[in-house]
Amino acid sequence: MIITRPREWERIRDDLDQIGARAVFIMGCGQCATVAHTGGEEEVLRTTALLERDGRKVTGWAVGEVTCHLGGTRLDARKHADEIAASDAILVLACGAGVQTMADAVAKPVYPGLESVFLGNVVRHGVFEERCQMCGECVLDKTAGICPVTTCPKGLLNGPCGGMWDGKCEVLRDRECVHVKIRRRLAEQGRPVPGVLPPKDYSKKLKPGSVNVRESRAGGGGR
Amino acid sequence: MSRLSDALAHGEFVVTGEVAPPRGTDLSAMTATMALLGPHCHALNITDNQGASLHLSSLAASRVAREMGFEPIFQQTCRDRNRLALQSDLMAAWTLGLENVLMVTGDDPRSGDHPQAKPVFDIDSTQLLRVAAGMNEGHDMLGRPLKGGTGFFLGAAMFPEAEPWDVQLERARAKVEAGARFFQTQAIFDIDKLARAVEAMHEVGAKVIAGVLLLRSPRAIDFINERLAGLMVPDAIAQRIRRAADPVAAAVELATEQVIAMKEVADGVHIMPLGLTEAVPQILDQAGVGL
Repeated sequence: MIITRPREWERIRDDLDQIGARAVFIMGCGQCATVAHTGGEEEVLRTTALLERDGRKVTGWAVGEVTCHLGGTRLDARKHADEIAASDAILVLACGAGVQTMADAVAKPVYPGLESVFLGNVVRHGVFEERCQMCGECVLDKTAGICPVTTCPKGLLNGPCGGMWDGKCEVLRDRECVHVKIRRRLAEQGRPVPGVLPPKDYSKKLKPGSVNVRESRAGGGGR
Repeated sequence: MSRLSDALAHGEFVVTGEVAPPRGTDLSAMTATMALLGPHCHALNITDNQGASLHLSSLAASRVAREMGFEPIFQQTCRDRNRLALQSDLMAAWTLGLENVLMVTGDDPRSGDHPQAKPVFDIDSTQLLRVAAGMNEGHDMLGRPLKGGTGFFLGAAMFPEAEPWDVQLERARAKVEAGARFFQTQAIFDIDKLARAVEAMHEVGAKVIAGVLLLRSPRAIDFINERLAGLMVPDAIAQRIRRAADPVAAAVELATEQVIAMKEVADGVHIMPLGLTEAVPQILDQAGVGL
C-alpha cells in the first residue's frame, strides 16, 4: 500500500492563504490513507477542526472508496457537488495519486493534505516498511526474496559496501546489512550466490509509467 | 605504465598517502600537503567528495598532483554521478594523464554536509570496475568502441577487519574478477586479519596495500568511531593514545609499529594522515619504507 504522512500544517495553511480560501471541502481516501491513519474519517474530522480553528469554513467532506480511481472520485464529486461548489479549495487527504485524481475530477483548486512517502509493507498494524521501489526489473529471484535496491540505503546491487561492520549496516546501524542477510538466506536455502549483478536498466522505469491491459484483452495478443 | 603498478609488479613495498582536495579553490594547503607527502610516496590518493562532503573534484586535484611531479590515484565514488558522468570522467582522467583509479562506493549523503542531496549510486563499485576494465579494452559499458581507450591501473577498496569475512572475501574476489589489480584497505589494526586478506588476494593475483590511520589525539579517535564509515579503533589501541602524555608522539610510535608489522605481511601501506601530515616522513623513515 501507499504510505502517507501528514503534511506540515503550516504548508497547508500557506497554500490555502495564497488563494485566500475561506471555505474548504475535504476529501479523504478509504484505502491506503485510512489504513495508514492519515486520510480516514477520523483524520478528516480532525482536519476539519484544524481548518475551523484557523477561521475557515468546512463546506463538507467525503472519504472516497478509492480516491485514485477516476470514475469513483468523479462520482463522489457529483454527490457532493453543492458542497464543492460552495468551497474555495479542496484539501485531499490521500496520496499524490489521489490528489491528482481529485484535481482532474473537479474544477476547483485542489491541494495535498499529506506527503506520499513509499510503497509500504504492513509489518504489523501501524508499522510500515519500504521493501519495493517498483523498479520494473525485479532481482528478487537472485537475492533470496530480499530487495537490495530498496532496502540497502545506498541501493547497491552488489554489496556490502565498505561501511559494513559486524554484519551491520553503516547507515542504519541497528539493522543487519542487507547484503549479508541475502547471502545468509541463500546459504540456508542451499542456493548459489549470484555473480556480479549487472547495472540496472533504468529505461524500464522511465517516467511516467503507463500500462493499458484493455488493449491486450481486446486484441488477445498484446503484452 | 604507472609507477605504482610497476613497483607492485616488481615486489617493491609501496607507500601511498591520502590527500583531500580543498573545500574551495585555494589550492595552497593541498599543494603543501602534497609537497610534504609526495616525495615519500609511490602515489597519492586524491579523494572524491570524501565523507559525502563538498570538496574540489578529484579530477582537478589529481591533475595538480601530477603537475607537481607526483603520481595520483584518482578516486571515483558512485554516489555523485550516473553511468554517463562516470564514464565521461574516466575518459577525462586518462586524457589528463591519470593512470591509477580507485573505485569506491562512497559514503551515504546522510553522513555528509549536503544531507539533502540525491544519492545517485546508479552503478556500484564492482560494476564501475568492470566499466573501467572495458574502457581499458577500448569500449564503453555497452560494448561500443571508443575512439581511443584507456590504460588504467585499477584499484578497489576492502575492509579486511569487518566480519563476516566470507562475505567480504566473496566481494573482494568479485572486484578482482571485475578488473581490480590492487586493493587499498580501510585502516586496519589486526595484523592476522590483514594477513588473511593478503593471502586470499594473492591467490587471485591482486595486491593489497594496508591502511594506516594516524591517531593524532583522543578527539581524532572519537571522530573516527563516530563519523567514519564502519570504522572502530580497538580499545587497547585507543587507550595508548588516550593515556599518552604526548598523544602525537604516541601516534607516531604506534603508526611506525604498524607499518613495520605490515611490511612483513602486505604489499604496501596507505597512510591516512588525518591532520598529522608533517609526521609522515618520520614514520616512513623509521619504518624503513617509502621513496
